[in-house]
This record gives sequence, structure tokens and C-alpha cells, in this order.
Amino acid sequence: MTSMKHLFGAAAALALTAGLASAEPALIFDLGGKFDKSFNEAGYNGAQRWADETGGTYREIELSSEAQREQALRRFAEAGANPIITMGFAMTVPIETVAPEYPDTKFVNIDGWANLPNVQTVSFAEHEGSYLAGVMAAKASKSGTVGFIGGMDIPLIRKFACGYAQGVKSVNPDATVISNMTGTTPAAWNDPVKGSELTKAQIAEGADVVYAAAGGTGVGVLQTAADEGILSIGVDSNQNYLHSGQVLTSMLKRVDNTVYNALKAGADGLETGFINMDLASDGVGVAFDEHNAPLVNDDMKMAVAAATDGIVSGSITVENYAASESCSVLEF
Amino acid sequence: MDFVTILQVLDSTVRLAIPLLLACLAGLYSERAGIFDIGLEGKMLAAAMAAGAFAALSGNVWVGLLAGVGASLVMSALHGLASITFRGNQLISGVAINMLAAGITVLIAQDLFRQGGRTPSLSDGGRWDPISLPFSESLSGIPFFGQTYDELISGHSLLVYVAIAFVPLTWWVLYRTRFGLRLRAVGENPASVDTAGISVIRLRYTAVMICGVLCGVAGAYLATGLQAGFIKDMTAGRGFIALAALIFAKWRPWYALWACLLFGLLQAVAIRYQSIDLGGITIPVQFMEALPYILTVVILAGFVGRAIPPKAGGEPYVKER
Repeated sequence: MTSMKHLFGAAAALALTAGLASAEPALIFDLGGKFDKSFNEAGYNGAQRWADETGGTYREIELSSEAQREQALRRFAEAGANPIITMGFAMTVPIETVAPEYPDTKFVNIDGWANLPNVQTVSFAEHEGSYLAGVMAAKASKSGTVGFIGGMDIPLIRKFACGYAQGVKSVNPDATVISNMTGTTPAAWNDPVKGSELTKAQIAEGADVVYAAAGGTGVGVLQTAADEGILSIGVDSNQNYLHSGQVLTSMLKRVDNTVYNALKAGADGLETGFINMDLASDGVGVAFDEHNAPLVNDDMKMAVAAATDGIVSGSITVENYAASESCSVLEF
Repeated sequence: MDFVTILQVLDSTVRLAIPLLLACLAGLYSERAGIFDIGLEGKMLAAAMAAGAFAALSGNVWVGLLAGVGASLVMSALHGLASITFRGNQLISGVAINMLAAGITVLIAQDLFRQGGRTPSLSDGGRWDPISLPFSESLSGIPFFGQTYDELISGHSLLVYVAIAFVPLTWWVLYRTRFGLRLRAVGENPASVDTAGISVIRLRYTAVMICGVLCGVAGAYLATGLQAGFIKDMTAGRGFIALAALIFAKWRPWYALWACLLFGLLQAVAIRYQSIDLGGITIPVQFMEALPYILTVVILAGFVGRAIPPKAGGEPYVKER
């Protein structure tokens, strides 16, 4: 019960400080939580990097229900926090509601599509990062069959799948890509048991590399892949260390850089409008570290470097599912 | 579709059906005694967290199992206190337990491990290893029989065999023992049980506690059998599917086994085949996932035999004065 006391204490402290005006920046983490080993944690790491470098402080809240979104935004805006950085596409609609009421406050809408004069909307070229992951998967696969396991079936996740499939086919046009989605409700982000079963089913169909873009469900995918002795690919944050030597790579979404840049720019320097974090701006990429070093050979690294150059220079175009709502190499 | 594929789907069916079966039998004891329990989900979740946490701390899977059962029993005691002693509304108490478990599991796991409400990945000693039944290797060469024995029957964790053993055990307890007769009676007509000089309160508490033990095993199986740790909301609605299975099984143990296997099979097929082509008509995967609920509604509506719940279910017992 002491934890409950901590919680109430923290809530009371938040309520007290909310009344004080300040120009501190604020961070709103989404339902996955600050330490989700993935998307939100990347944002937290960026903010921490800024805090360590500059000695600055920031305010934060971890949302625990849908109803809190607008409330948290308004609370921070009312308290004078500026800029207010939000994680996740689900904050788009609350920002569209709240931002016009506070024209002097700047908002950052990561992964969203809000189009307002005081909002910086950041999108990531996940299809480009996934393309690189696909290149590596095809190079590492011996069976010629690779898998993709998505979380909730939304266009954003199909964008991952489509980019991945294109990367695979660029190396091995005859390769088979098996794609599964965990579900159609938000519960699909937190169902590791189903993630495991999907992985086992894909292994039975011959897959020897699986790419999980599925939040908490991905924990089950990576675990089963490690148990069954095949390779897996992590997502958002660097997840290579989760099963050292058995995770081929992780598709990085440099949310940390975005948050760091926004905090560094501050309320005055923050550019509003649309920002696309792509391969060229180091917004996405694949992870190489000591945990996957034994799995990566020079051939693979060269292929990734060539694909990166191709995409940055424009000689390779990666089809973006979210824009075209169709994918030429993968059926959903 | 060859024989090996069928075996793989059936193997997956067993893994998916076991948590449902344990939760379903848990609900069966409770509801047969007249205590509706929609808190199965919450109890499983609490048990999964406790099992994951204690297995990680101790490195021993048995400690995890005990902790899981313990956590589930605490939730059961809460439900009993609210709905038996204080005669509160059983549905509201169940909802409260689900919400409490969803919040408190993440809170405690975060406080203990600082990994975002997740317990650390378990290494070998902290997980249930698959058990190879005798001769499974040597028999696997024999087509059909040997393959079935090796792939489907052998190679599950101990909890799977325990769960299946609970089905005949539950049948025997309910229909062949004095305790079972009283348990069923207290769910149908508690006044008559009371007149016979038997404590309604004690019987109902016993039933709710048995329910807690079974939910505890279900949660421990999720976190330390199927997975290597707890993550938030990992039960993902299985407690509710178990409730649907309980209604589908008309509150009977053997039917519960078949209902859970059927629901497990539907999930396994949906996982293996994203969309099924039936000669021109494509069945989308979402339909397969919704089918357990649709079947339950059909049963409830009385199209395929009537599902009659225990008569005194949901009613707190008030002694006549």
C-alpha cells in the first residue's frame, strides 16, 4: 500500500504545482507508458539527454486512460508549459481541440497529422527504415521465407509491413513474406500470448526471420523467436539486447532525436508545421551494436549501406502505404 | 492441408484453450455456488503479475505459481467479502476487481522492477519447461498415432496436464461428493441448504476460494508457461472469453472442456489462416475472432438448447428471520 501512498502523493504534488506559471517544457507519454522499451521510452531518453546536457527540467505525465488526453494537454497549457510535446498519433484530435485555445503555446504532435499554426507535426518514414530491416531479413534468411507481425491493423502498421516486404523483395524477388496482424482493437498491442502463437504459425510455414511491429505483443514474438531458434527484428527503440545474439536488428524510430531537438529549440526556436523524419535526416534506421554483431556480416552491412544511399539519393523509392493505401508487393 | 499442419493447429489450440479452461472451471465453481464472477480477468491478471514477479525474484517457477495463486486468492477474498459478507452487487464487485487488477499490477511491477510495468524476462528455472512424455521420441516415427502422441499430447508444460485433469476432478467433486451436492444446492436454493443446517456463507466462500486457486494457475500459466514474464494487460480479454465458454458449456465441467477447446480452435485457425477461402466466399479473420461471442449469444438466445444459469446466481443470501 505504500506504493498507493506514493501515487496519491505524486498526484497531489502535480495538482499543487499545476497552479504555478512556468515556461518549463512538458512531455505527455501515451498509454504504453514511459518505460515501454519502445516508442515512449525513446521519447523519454531524448528528454533525459536534453536534461542532462543543459540541466533543464521538464514536466511529464503518463496517460492512463483515453479520457485524460485533453485534460492533460489543457492542464499543461494552463500552467504555462511551453512547448508541450506529445507522443503518439492518438494525441492528434485532442491537440486539434486544445491548440487553437492557446495560440501562444507551441505543441509537438509526434506521429500525428494536426495542421495548425502553433503545432509541429512530426512524421517518420517508417517504410524506409522497415525497408532496411527487410534487406537485412532477406540476407539473413536461409529458407527464403520471412515473417511480419503487426499489432493493431491500422494504416501506420501496414506502412511498416509494406516497406519491409519491399526491402525483402529487393534482395530476393522470390522470397515469401508472411504478414499477420494481431488484432483490430487496442488490446492487440498487449497480447504477447497471441504474438507467440503467430510466431509459431509463421515458423511452421517456414519463416526464419520475423519482424515485430506490435508494441507489447512484440515481447512475445521476440521471446518465441529466441526460444525456437530463429531470428527476430525489434522496433522503435533498440531491442537487440532483449535476446542478445538472437535479435537480428531493430528498426529505429529516432523519437529521442525529435524530442531532444524540440526541447533544445525551446518555445521560441521551435519550428511549426510538418516535419518528416526520414532516412536522410537520420529519423529512422536500423540498429547495429554488440548484441547483433555476430549476426551481421559485411555483405549485409554493404547491402544496407547501398539501400540507404539509394533511398537518400532518390534512386530507390519506397512505396508508402499510408499515402497510397495500397501495397504492390504485399496483400493484406 | 496435410496431417502435420492439422497437428500444429491442434497443438496451438491446446495452448490457447488451457488458460480459458482453467478460468472457465474457476467460474464454474463460483457460479454453481451462486456467486457470479466477472472478475476472472482481473484475478488472472493479478496472478500473472505475481507469478512473473516472484518467479523472476526467486528464479523458481513453483514460487511463482504459489505467488500467483496467492494474489488471485486475495482478489477472490475481496470478491467474497463484498458479495457474500456485505451482500453487495456481484457484478459491480467483479468489475471493480478487473479495474483494480489492471491498475495495481502495473503499479507494483513498475515499483519493483522499473521496466514500465513489466516483469523481467525469465530465464530457464523461472519457466515451465515442456514435458516429454515417455517414448514420445521413439514413437514419433509411427505415422498418425506416433506423430499425434509426439506433437499433440506430449511436449506441453505440467500445468496443461493439471488443467485437463481438473475436468474429471471437477465432475467428480460436483456430482459424486457430498460437498458437490451442497455446492450445487447453494446455487439453486440456498434457503434449503440453510434449513439442513449447513452454512451458506462458508460454502460460498469455499467456492469463491477454489475459483481463486484456478484463476491463479491460469495466470501463472500465462506469465510463466506460455510467456517469459508479465506485461501489462496480458490477459487480453481471456477472462471474458472464459465466461462466454462457461455459458456455452451450460455450467457443466465436460462441456466446459469442449467449449474451451472449440474457442481455442477458432483462435488457432484465425492465427494460422488470416482469411479463409470457402469456394468464392472469403471469411475475414475478424469474423473468426468474433465467433466465440456470436456462438454464446446464439446459445443464450435459446436456439441451440437453453442455457439456464444457477437459479440463485447473483442473489446475496439473506437468512429469514
